[in-house]
Amino acid sequence: MKILVCISVVPDTTTKITFTDNDTTFNKAGVQFIVNPYDELAVTRALEIAEANNGTVTIVHVGEADSEPSIRKALSMGANEAIRINAIPVDAQFVAEEIAKIAQGYDLILTGRESIDYNGGAVCGLLGALLNIPSINVVTKIDYNSGNFTFDRDIDGGKETLTCAGPLVASAQKDLCEPRIPNMRGIMAARTKPLQIIEASVSNQAANYQSYSLPAAKGSVKLIDAENAGELINILKNEVKVI
Amino acid sequence: MSIVVFAESSDNQFKKSTFEAISYAKEIGTLMGKEVVAVNISSIANSAELGKYGASKVLNCNNTDGFTSDSTSEIFASICKQIGASIVVVSNSYVGKSLAPRIAISLNASLATNVISVPDLSNGFTVKRGVFSGKAFAFVNLNRDIKVLAITPNSFEINANGSDCATESVSVNASPSKITINAVNKVTGKIPLTEAELVVSAGRGMKGPENWNMIEELASLIGAATACSKPVSDMGWRPHSEHVGQTGITIKPNLYIAIGISGAIQHLAGVSSSKTIVAINKDPEAPFFKSADYGIVGDAFEILPKLISALKN
Ligand SMILES: Cc1cc2nc3c(=O)[nH]c(=O)nc-3n(C[C@H](O)[C@H](O)[C@H](O)COP(=O)(O)OP(=O)(O)OC[C@H]3O[C@@H](n4cnc5c(N)ncnc54)[C@H](O)[C@@H]3O)c2cc1C
Repeated sequence: MKILVCISVVPDTTTKITFTDNDTTFNKAGVQFIVNPYDELAVTRALEIAEANNGTVTIVHVGEADSEPSIRKALSMGANEAIRINAIPVDAQFVAEEIAKIAQGYDLILTGRESIDYNGGAVCGLLGALLNIPSINVVTKIDYNSGNFTFDRDIDGGKETLTCAGPLVASAQKDLCEPRIPNMRGIMAARTKPLQIIEASVSNQAANYQSYSLPAAKGSVKLIDAENAGELINILKNEVKVI
Repeated sequence: MSIVVFAESSDNQFKKSTFEAISYAKEIGTLMGKEVVAVNISSIANSAELGKYGASKVLNCNNTDGFTSDSTSEIFASICKQIGASIVVVSNSYVGKSLAPRIAISLNASLATNVISVPDLSNGFTVKRGVFSGKAFAFVNLNRDIKVLAITPNSFEINANGSDCATESVSVNASPSKITINAVNKVTGKIPLTEAELVVSAGRGMKGPENWNMIEELASLIGAATACSKPVSDMGWRPHSEHVGQTGITIKPNLYIAIGISGAIQHLAGVSSSKTIVAINKDPEAPFFKSADYGIVGDAFEILPKLISALKN
């Protein structure tokens, strides 16, 4: 069983988002970067399935050299090897097209449900289409049994259970598993695990990020006396007219 | 060249987000002088009502096999090619997001998900999309001739000024799906959180799952969906599908009532685009009050019964 897990590297969730150069560039100053939380779940579940089925886990990341600590983290969780495709990950289509070039020959490919920076939620489906294999997004359970994968996935307003034979690509949603925390042995071993660097080659870029903006600041809060809490209902009905 | 909308449905009914997507497409159609064609890949036979929202024609492709990302995408992409789609609009739902990327590859298009506004055509084709889980917006230029847009529910108003339109049936030969659907469990009688216009949400301040009956009652009285903070779903007090925030669902309702939620940055990321925010918290220093329009400082266990009785009167 060969499993490929695609990871993105994103600003820590506590980051206050700001932009520079006339709002055209995300301001990385002082920002701590982490493995995308959903991708950690994908790595963990991939390792569990590989361990139970005598398989291997390869990590792939499209990004520059500064994301190597995050790649090493995935290796320290237990992945066997990693590939870094050297480029600025400009958008989901670029990332998927780059990954597709190295993604042949895996039984299972996992991504996160979305990366918490650009929230595209698209890499799973893009890879599925590029490789002409099924894509199954937002999965909360993956089991493997003699050639078939079974999934639980979130659908709008409920859940669905599916079966599909590999090769396929799926995206990890919360509840899939608890993220594995690397231990000291894993951290030591990760230092010498193979990390291959490949140069990017996609040139026909589908989208360009031009600029950014921040949500308008809220005015100050109007407080309603707790004793007279029912007044809130009156305001929502007659002033805001929302209920 | 037309604008094609995927008419998403659930339980044999078109979804509200489909009406939004068609209204959205109609607005672009008017700007660009293109007609809007809705594509209904389901078992719904009567689809003429989609004309009200701006479709000039609906193509019905009878499908009783349910939605699978591979086969439904193949059918939809083939129809888009047949009618020469230049823009494809879907809802940014789980269905839409499993479809849109596959369609974008089939049509060699540019893809944008999480889109929240009508494109700006003054310098190419620029869309505004939500990024950093609600903490910011990005303006993105789509370079390829064909564009696939997934629009966020509740970001575009429904416009029902039109009238019923013509419908046509089409049939498409697609390969059978490699995916077998074993079971579908929909929560019935509940509004899906991602589409809800009103949301009542509660946090660790509610002390335990046994206290959620008050939250449920308030929500059902105003017709709202229920949501929760991350620790609440982590502890299993509520299902994870209710978890909103940076690592949960991002929502954009007209009203968000947060009860016993502190207002951590990761929580606010997912809810701060709500139009009106109400915070109820016993701690006057709770960060949520800085992001709320209305606030009540006090004990939720005393305030909730007051709200419920005010609604019942
Ligand atoms: C990587 C990462 C990702 C995260 N992602 C998310 C996310 O997506 N969504 C999310 O919600 N959180 C997320 N968090 C967690 C976030 O940082 C907060 O810990 C969490 O939002 C707090 O939840 P809470 O407000 O319910 O609980 P608490 O912080 O415990 O707050 C409870 C609040 O209830 C109030 N209260 C207590 N009793 C009462 C009462 N009787 N009446 C009224 N008020 C009362 C208290 O004053 C307090 O403000 C994330 C954290 C990390 C590290």
